[in-house]
Amino acid sequence: MSAIVVEELRKSYGGQEAVRSISFRINEGEVFGLLGPNGAGKTTTVEILEGYRERDGGRVDVLGFDPARAERAYRERIGVVLQQSQLWPNLTVRETHRLFAGYYRHPRDADEVIDLVGLGQKRDARVKTLSGGQKRRLDLGVALVGDPDLVFLDEPTTGFDPAARRAAWEMIRSLRSLGKTILLTTHYLDEAEQLADRVAVMREGHIVREGTPAELTGDTSETEVRYRRNGQEVVVRTTEPTRLLHELTTAALTEGRELEGLTVRRPTLEDVYLALTEDDDA
Amino acid sequence: MRLFWHQLRWEQLVFWRSREAAVFVFLFPLLLFALLTAVYNGTIYGRPASWALLAGMLGYGCANTAFAGLALLLISRRELGILKRIRATPLPTEAYLTAVLASIMIVFALQAVSLFVLGRLLKSTPWPGHFVSIVLTLALGGGAFAGLGMAITGFVRSLEGSSAVLNVIVLPMAFLSGSFGTTRHYPQVLRIIGDALPLKYMLDAINSVYLHGGQLWHEWTDVAVLAGWGVAGILVAMRKFRWEPREG
Repeated sequence: MSAIVVEELRKSYGGQEAVRSISFRINEGEVFGLLGPNGAGKTTTVEILEGYRERDGGRVDVLGFDPARAERAYRERIGVVLQQSQLWPNLTVRETHRLFAGYYRHPRDADEVIDLVGLGQKRDARVKTLSGGQKRRLDLGVALVGDPDLVFLDEPTTGFDPAARRAAWEMIRSLRSLGKTILLTTHYLDEAEQLADRVAVMREGHIVREGTPAELTGDTSETEVRYRRNGQEVVVRTTEPTRLLHELTTAALTEGRELEGLTVRRPTLEDVYLALTEDDDA
Repeated sequence: MRLFWHQLRWEQLVFWRSREAAVFVFLFPLLLFALLTAVYNGTIYGRPASWALLAGMLGYGCANTAFAGLALLLISRRELGILKRIRATPLPTEAYLTAVLASIMIVFALQAVSLFVLGRLLKSTPWPGHFVSIVLTLALGGGAFAGLGMAITGFVRSLEGSSAVLNVIVLPMAFLSGSFGTTRHYPQVLRIIGDALPLKYMLDAINSVYLHGGQLWHEWTDVAVLAGWGVAGILVAMRKFRWEPREG
């Protein structure tokens, strides 16, 4: 079953095409990562699915609804974490959850959600006293309190320190284990690699590649070999790593020297991403 | 309806929890009244000065609460992304906006009651004679200023400075309309400007009802002008009101 079906979606702002006929599907229970540099059209795409923007063309079906019609029944079933948003500084964590829980017909228990996002210790703290990472957890808690089937996470860990990011990843994994479908936008490649079942890379309004992280990195058959020679870094990309290594090591052994700093590396998602998104003329 | 009550309850909690809002919106007109009555003596409009100042502060309080207070609340929520966030929940727009309006009206009603009580305590001002008329007058003024408050949010682009902008509108308007005493001795230019402002007509109506024992329904001009400003505000708000912060 598809949770989201997007076909030939288009959107322009004042003659500027932000999204140029993209299509993708997201299955129920899947974590789908939308990647791309700033201005690639990720947020526009997500905001159309969330019901904030009207599309210019194409078909969109989310959980059987057309988000453009902004039906209440649709909003009962989605949770949204926006890129930048704050909440009432003078309410407590629990009050904020209860305020939002009241908007839904079948909300989850506020205290249960607070524990789920790891704010149990901060239950009665005012929002203004929370740290940046804790505020993002609050955002997530508020998005989950309606017990949604589909959660939109727009760059959920931007500005986090490494420990907070790991914690957020754990939380997103636990959401998946609850069977939620998750649409995640990010410009952190490791985040997509860690969390997403499938990713689509956007660039200038197009989807330039789509697949599992393994498929995307497997696409490139080149292996990168690095070593130092006379203090100079040498980088060789090859489709025949065995032969190259054999030649290099044989030569080195013959000459009786060490191949300093030798590494053999498969491309990461980051390499693929950079190759896909860098300018043609760069 | 359940959602309206839910939201109204929380609006009240959010308002009174925020000390800035409670002080600047609710308390400030009361404070001003106490100060003005301490320095003004004699008569205004043929009545003790404290009576007229009480009427003036009801008008100023209305503009300060229903116009500036409401506008500030909506602008700050818009710029913080709270309005956008609420749009993604099942809470219907009408339930949200009516609850916000009802909440600010409750604040203004409490403020008006407090002004009458304070006047009674400090200067033995009388209770309003025509209760229904005074309630209708304050409600009409509150509605008109709330409409204008929603309209102005469309013209204020950021949170920084918005409070100053609103005060630059409200304070001179209150001065020109006669909140702080009669405008009879003002230069003609200032009186002409005052005559174009909605607060002038609200104060006229309050003065007629509170100071001179009139009824609101005999003050047709005031009712028509106030209603006109309110409707104009709502029409502008329908075109200009935004739910989302301007993109950085």
